[in-house]
Amino acid sequence: MTATVPRPTAAKPALRALRDRVLRVAELVTTPLLPADYLDLVDPLRSGAALRGRIEAVLPETRDAATVLIRPGSDWQTHRPGQYVRIGIDVDGVRMWRAYSITSDLGRTDGCFTVTVKAIPGGKVSNHLVRSVRPGTLVHLDQATGEFCLPEQRPAKALFVTAGSGITPVMGMLRNHPELTDVVLVHSAPTADDVVFGAELRQLAAEGRIRLVEQHTDTAGMLDAGAIAELVPDLAERATWACGPVGMLEMLEQHWAAAGIADRLYTERFRPKVLVTGEGGTVTFTKNGTSLEAGGATPILDAAEEAGVLMPSGCRMGICYGCVLPLREGAVRDLRTGEVTTAAPGDGVLVQTCVSAAAGACDIDH
Amino acid sequence: MTVLQKKSDNPIEHLTPEDIELIGKELDDIRQSVIDSRGESDARYIRKVIDVHRKIELGSRAVLLASGFPPAWVLGTVGLSIAKILENMEIGHNILHGQWDWMRDPKIHSTTWEWDMASPAEQWKHSHNELHHTYTNVIGKDNDLGYGIMRVDEDQPWTPMYLGQPLWSFINACFFEYGIAAYDLELGAVIARKQTGDPEFRARAKQVLVKIGRQVRKDYLIHPLLSGPNFLATLAANFTANTVRNLWTNSVILCGHFPEGVETFEKKSIEGETRGEWYLRQMLGSANISGSQAMHVMTGNLSHQIEHHLFPDLPSNRYAEIAPKIRDLFDRYGLNYHTAPLPKQVGSAWHKIIRLSLPNGWLQNTTARNLPSQLGKLWKMTTGSRKERRLLMREQAMMAAA
Ligand SMILES: Cc1cc2nc3c(=O)[nH]c(=O)nc-3n(C[C@H](O)[C@H](O)[C@H](O)COP(=O)(O)OP(=O)(O)OC[C@H]3O[C@@H](n4cnc5c(N)ncnc54)[C@H](O)[C@@H]3O)c2cc1C
Ligand code: FES
Repeated sequence: MTATVPRPTAAKPALRALRDRVLRVAELVTTPLLPADYLDLVDPLRSGAALRGRIEAVLPETRDAATVLIRPGSDWQTHRPGQYVRIGIDVDGVRMWRAYSITSDLGRTDGCFTVTVKAIPGGKVSNHLVRSVRPGTLVHLDQATGEFCLPEQRPAKALFVTAGSGITPVMGMLRNHPELTDVVLVHSAPTADDVVFGAELRQLAAEGRIRLVEQHTDTAGMLDAGAIAELVPDLAERATWACGPVGMLEMLEQHWAAAGIADRLYTERFRPKVLVTGEGGTVTFTKNGTSLEAGGATPILDAAEEAGVLMPSGCRMGICYGCVLPLREGAVRDLRTGEVTTAAPGDGVLVQTCVSAAAGACDIDH
Repeated sequence: MTVLQKKSDNPIEHLTPEDIELIGKELDDIRQSVIDSRGESDARYIRKVIDVHRKIELGSRAVLLASGFPPAWVLGTVGLSIAKILENMEIGHNILHGQWDWMRDPKIHSTTWEWDMASPAEQWKHSHNELHHTYTNVIGKDNDLGYGIMRVDEDQPWTPMYLGQPLWSFINACFFEYGIAAYDLELGAVIARKQTGDPEFRARAKQVLVKIGRQVRKDYLIHPLLSGPNFLATLAANFTANTVRNLWTNSVILCGHFPEGVETFEKKSIEGETRGEWYLRQMLGSANISGSQAMHVMTGNLSHQIEHHLFPDLPSNRYAEIAPKIRDLFDRYGLNYHTAPLPKQVGSAWHKIIRLSLPNGWLQNTTARNLPSQLGKLWKMTTGSRKERRLLMREQAMMAAA
């Protein structure tokens, strides 16, 4: 299964225990199928079902981004602004899981939430969500998760640095935290029209809720850390949340570290930075029996899924540990650091398959 | 039938190693073209079949709650039989082959699927996918040939015991799912080798018993109880549906490899087999059933046994599409694409079961006129001394050859 987070159900414990008992008895009737297999025919969003959601609408934002309105199943627990949700959706018949930051207002009364997706050239899921998916489609969900949130003790002054689709978790926070009074948002996008939530952000700025700095990179180029420091002179006094391309985040991390304020910078990555690749090798899944050739730059998770192996997964970028499996023998390379982990026969070194590539033959216990 | 290698008119004599290589390449290309075009419509197909199965099963079981009312009994039993056949064939067999693993749906995956069958999915996958599909029609290696209890080849020495073969085959067909479970356990061999105490065997046997327990409890206790006063009628309906399903699956499977004219192979012929040669063995060792689309679905597309054996893990709904290409390949290389309607293939398979239950040549030599004398000889072969039997058997073989 691809679940990474335990899914506590919303029902009351006593009621849940009763329901579980009834279902166990019902299993006698349905074996080898489960009662859920039949109940899903009727109500896939019911309490106690595997967590799913129904896409209610897809609302265009820019030429390549759209907001997807999702009605989650009954067991959905509310999220904290800034968190993301993993969505599993069938693209051309193949189940794919991706993470998307939740952008909606917690105050919605319709029980739905939204994510906002930017189509990446050649991207399978993002293009499907932005351009092809039909309202009514069922998607699979995990509970919201992630640490890219404001602390209980709200900062007096906040700075958000975002680029492209990196605005999404920040929009989630801005919409839900009107109590923030001193906010600067520095956002980069190719043109004014490419700014996702452009109209809403400009409206917030007009109302004086935020100070908005838009950088249109097609004409004005990219901002470097020095330029940001110039634009925001009181940067050191601000708690900063940044989300955007790998290069931007690295630049900010270096600058904040150099200024001795690294602990005031919180970042969210949409993809891992790949540092080193090497030779691949044959990956064998010992329980499953599948063997495959994996390249040195391909995460084992991707290679295995490509070969039809059901893999556990989560964020797919090295932060949640939802993809960890024991390496019984052989070597894998962490694509972010180049570090090679080896296991002698009998070992069970836990490795994150989403950011590890084969570094020679390896046996994975799965 | 004789293993292909010993035949006087070897059907592949005209093929050069290069031809076989080329056949392999063409088949690889056909396989790739299907893989490249697998997509949403295929996914929709299998989900639809699963959905239809669940609805038919639910509906039939509901109707059977009133099984005391004869029309309800008939309707429910027919529905349940159809549901069970769909579940075993187009759904279970094919999912367990990994035909739908590419969808990455944990609910429709060879590693998570369990089916309405005495044999647990895990054990069946081993004996079926790994053994039968690898060693197709290799005498002594492929247990699907006669399930280790039947005489499937002229070269297997005849003994009087085999006279019972048609009867066992029929009993095996009626209780096919248990036969399969026993065969997946290699029960016969384990008993013969007196290894029933082996802990590994015991563990597997326990899995089978637990599985059978659940199935039996569902069909013969829980559902009958749910129908209250109609307990016995529902029990009978469920038994009938299971038997119909067993007879049907047995027939389909017999048609796949057992009709007259399907080739068998020697053990040593597969040593160092190339991919092309492996494909060729699948081509010659399988037979198709021709018929309507509904028939194809009800056989789990095993009516396209040739295509299935060439590409066991391609989605079953695509076999019909590639069948003309495969047939064209057979034609171009002068090979016999073995296909016939269901009654003919079933008849042919049973003919062979009966023929091989008798000494070599006996059936062929027997006419209405010489029946009494032939029966007399058969009686002597059965009851007489070993020497007498050998002499008579030689006589029959010579008569047949003449
Ligand atoms: C915690 C988290 C939150 C996220 N929130 C959002 C969000 O709110 N909105 C949103 O649009 N996306 C978000 N993402 C990214 C999202 O999960 C997908 O990675 C993205 O939509 C691309 O998926 P795809 O299937 O379209 O591309 P794939 O088919 O997986 O990849 C196609 C190509 O694009 C490259 N690629 C993959 N991801 C990116 C990327 N982010 N930027 C540039 N190139 C990439 C790949 O290396 C590959 O070459 C988030 C990711 C994480 C980990
Ligand atoms: S999937 Fe999250 S760490 Fe690998």
